[in-house]
Amino acid sequence: MRLTEGSAGARILAFGDYQPSRVVTNDELAATVDTTDEWIRSRVGIASRPIAGPDETLADMAVAAGGKALAASGLSPEDIDLVIVATCTPEAPIPNTAATVARRLGISAPGAYDLNAACAGFCYALASASDAVRAGTARHVLLIGAEKLSQWVDWTDRSTCIIFADGAGAVVVGPVSDPADAGIGPVVWGSAGDLADKIYIPDRNGFIIQEGQAVFRWATTALHPVAKQACERAGVDPTELAAFVPHQANLRIIEAIARRIGAPQALVADDIVTAGNTSSASIPLAIARMLERGELASGAPVLLLGFGAGICYAGQVITVP
Amino acid sequence: MAMTDQEILTGLGEIIDEVAGVPADQVTPEKTFVDDLDIDSLSMVEIAVAAQDKFGVEIPDDQLKDLKTVQDVIDYVRRSGA
Repeated sequence: MRLTEGSAGARILAFGDYQPSRVVTNDELAATVDTTDEWIRSRVGIASRPIAGPDETLADMAVAAGGKALAASGLSPEDIDLVIVATCTPEAPIPNTAATVARRLGISAPGAYDLNAACAGFCYALASASDAVRAGTARHVLLIGAEKLSQWVDWTDRSTCIIFADGAGAVVVGPVSDPADAGIGPVVWGSAGDLADKIYIPDRNGFIIQEGQAVFRWATTALHPVAKQACERAGVDPTELAAFVPHQANLRIIEAIARRIGAPQALVADDIVTAGNTSSASIPLAIARMLERGELASGAPVLLLGFGAGICYAGQVITVP
Repeated sequence: MAMTDQEILTGLGEIIDEVAGVPADQVTPEKTFVDDLDIDSLSMVEIAVAAQDKFGVEIPDDQLKDLKTVQDVIDYVRRSGA
């Protein structure tokens, strides 16, 4: 049997992002549920979060972010042969989001699938995109992390409605011919299905339920070794990292992990303050904003770390396009 | 060899300084975490995790809520065989 010819490695060519224009402040939430701006800021670190309008769909947000990444990459729609949408909030199980998004972006007949690893979804999908490019089953991949979590939140539950938000972040992944130019390091991924009941939606009419303290303990205990291992596998010492961009779950979790990875010089993403927790969209959204502010130089090594419901987790080192 | 109360207190002071930014010299046995040291439930989880590394004693979430004062933690760590 003949096999595909692969490439030496893969890298991220461009980022794109989209957030709804409607922003909900802590004070607005405090008017409807028993909470305060001060409490939300101190416990989760969020000041405000974008929430999609009622007519704004998951695909709308994914198309907006994906279109920006595609334009920034300099590629044409016909160059893309695989579209992956990382999401845990699709409109419905079928049809998938990826094929619809591809059609709306004018990408003709690509491989298209949705990937659900909840808040680890972007890192899982990035590993899958990189592997597809390396194996030669795709040449250029458009990967979009997109979530409309607002439709799975009980807006009377003060423990969750303050946290989750909407948005989409995208990357284009392409091949490199010299392994030295590779920009997506080996993934360290895993899961802990015994903790499935710590973050879940009970049924199709249900809302997100989270055992905050248990998740916090798990995240602050189990994740820093994963982060360190991702650095080790990529051959990048934590002290060389330009930035650490974990899933924007909770500022307190982010700070607790950051303290333990041994990268005091790295810029730590705190996009959650104004973006909220957007699950699989949070990492590309955070990086897109750091790039906009000119905080990351091209080629700089950045550690990504996704984690969330499942429990699923994944980390890898990338270089900035 | 078992740790003395003073050794546990010193270790706890270092942990609380790192986790919550409360200077170690303010961590005295009679202080309550919530009211005196302004430490919330998430910081208590971090303190428990760090205490496990330092003293080799696991403090589960359901026990954590009963530990109100610094002395309560010292007693728990000592009882659990550090």
